[in-house]
This record gives sequence, structure tokens and C-alpha cells, in this order.
Amino acid sequence: MSVKIEELNNIELDALREVGNIGAGNAATALSQVLNKRIDMSVPRAKVLELSKVPEILGGAEKLVVGVYLKIYGDIQGSIMFLLPTESAEELIETLLGESEPEGLAGEISQSAIMEVGNILSSSYLNALSEFANLTVVPSTPALAYDMAGALFSTILIELSEVSDYALLIETEFTSDGREIDGSFFMLPDVDSLHILLKSIGVS
Amino acid sequence: MNASIKIGIADYKVSKSPDRLVTLGLGSCVGITMYDQINKIGGLAHIMLPKNNNPEKRSPKFADDAIEDMLGELLKMGVRTRNIQTKIIGGAQMFSFAGANNKKSVGHRNVVAVKQILEELKFRIKAEDTGGTFGRTIELNLENGELRVKTIGHGEKII
Repeated sequence: MSVKIEELNNIELDALREVGNIGAGNAATALSQVLNKRIDMSVPRAKVLELSKVPEILGGAEKLVVGVYLKIYGDIQGSIMFLLPTESAEELIETLLGESEPEGLAGEISQSAIMEVGNILSSSYLNALSEFANLTVVPSTPALAYDMAGALFSTILIELSEVSDYALLIETEFTSDGREIDGSFFMLPDVDSLHILLKSIGVS
Repeated sequence: MNASIKIGIADYKVSKSPDRLVTLGLGSCVGITMYDQINKIGGLAHIMLPKNNNPEKRSPKFADDAIEDMLGELLKMGVRTRNIQTKIIGGAQMFSFAGANNKKSVGHRNVVAVKQILEELKFRIKAEDTGGTFGRTIELNLENGELRVKTIGHGEKII
């Protein structure tokens, strides 16, 4: 049995949003412990978009961002992308390391620190999801890129594009107290995993 | 009227001088331009995948479908095959996972496939800017065939 992304109904999208909510709640707690800062999360959104529209969602395809990309393995497969605009990424580094990094975001220390944040967010997100849906789901090691948002997003969509012209994005925004750090967390389940995910949470 | 025509991912468009064809943020995807310098007509495709294995469902997300369909439209607009200059851009590896093999990256596979398709159609590639680990925005000027390649932190050039 397979589910088509573009045919998801409102009940299914609501359920997927709830999955996002549970994952993101746990991830926000973890992030707030790491940064020792209060972290707010937005109400997650579950969006169905044509592939060609995805690179535009974060204020334009040419916007310079830092992206941490992880693959999802286990009972369901998919991708996770955590995106930070430049200023937010710099602020995150400063909060984590206690000082600004002379080499900036191109430096190895900055990049591994941001990857680790992506790793913590993804692991805690997927842990909560695993528990809630009673599935075994784990993230891969993280990979990082500092470049145009469109170039990052189109790249992670390539695998999905082999089987679908649409993408499902479960999006949550994480914001620090004063909004100095503002990151967007996206989970994109693979098409073949949708019915497993929906079934395990009691929908469909 | 000099228009800047934007091409999204998994799409192609054709037009004529003095328009400009633009695609933003090529990562592992590949941009393919075709330009007839005599008639000043050209096209730009932004492909995601090498080859379509389902002939029932054509889509410009595949290099083979995009190139064939774009060429078909260009010929309808009066382009002569022998005037066509082709250029290819993109196919970067945006993310590298520990232990992953660069030769197997989707960007690399896309570039190889596009070259092969163009070769089968007997086109010579006039210029290319492919590979690397960074994104590219490109703009084809249909007045003169110049292709501007912009990056973040890796310069800007005309090929």
C-alpha cells in the first residue's frame, strides 16, 4: 500500500503535524539545555509543496544559510534539514563557545559545533517520535553546508524526486528568548514511509 | 522589453534576445543552456535526475526529457541545430557525509548523464562549470550568449 504526498487529507496532515509537535517539543528542551537559554518553538506545520516551490520557502533560493542535513534510518526513512540564517548561526556559535569564532562560519570549530546542535535536535526529535509511534528511527551522522538555501534544498530533494513531484515538509521554528537565534527544522519523510508512519500513529 | 525569465527546479524555458534566462541556487542539480548565436534564441533547463525510466510520464526533472523537449521547442522557434552552443553548470556536492564516495554523488552522476545525452545528440559542449562543493546561480544573456555564473564565496565569472 502506498500513499501519495499530494493526496494526503487534512486528518492525515493534522496527525503528521502532531508527530512534529511531539518531536519538536523534545528537541526544544534538549536545545535549551545545551545553550542554557530559553527556547521557544512554533506550532509545527505540515506542508505539501510541489518540488519546484520548496527552494523558495525560506526567503528566497539565494539566501545564505547554514544547513545541517541528516538522513533518517530505521522503520521509516527520510531527511532532516536544520537551517539557520547567517546571523543566527553566528549567535549560536557565540552562545555555545562563549566567544565569537575568528574564522567565522567557515571555520572547522564553528561547523562542527553547528553540526552537533543539528545532531542533538534530530536525535531528540526522532527519539520522541520513536516512542510516540512505537517505531525504531535513528538519524545518520550530520553533514553541513554554508551556501544558498536553494542549492541546499534542491539537493536534498533529489532522492525524493525520483518517486514524487511533491514533498511533505513538517516544519518547526526554534527561537531563543530574544530572537537572536532563529532556526527552522524540517522533517521530510520518504514517500514509501508515509503509510508506515500514519498507520503507526493510528491514522489510515 | 528586456525580461528576466526565472526557471525553477525541474523545469526549462526558452526565449529570444534581449531576454535573460535565470535559475537560482543550482546545487547538485545541473543547468543546461542551449543558444543559437545567429538567431539569438536560447533555452535553459534545471534538471534534478539523470534519466527517466518511465517513458509514459515525461518530466523536465529528468535530463533526457528536459533536453529533448527544450530542443524541440527551440527548433519550433526557428533555431538551427548546427548553430546551437551548449553549456552545463552545477552538479556540486553540497553535503559530504563521512565515508561517502564522491564519484557516486548525485551531482557527479547528473553531470555525467547530461554530457552523455548531449554527446548522443552530437552537441559539443562549449563551456562548463561543474563539480565543487558550492551552489551556483546562472544567467544566460540571449543578446550575446554570455552565461554569468554567480556563487557565494567562490567568485563570479562569465563562461
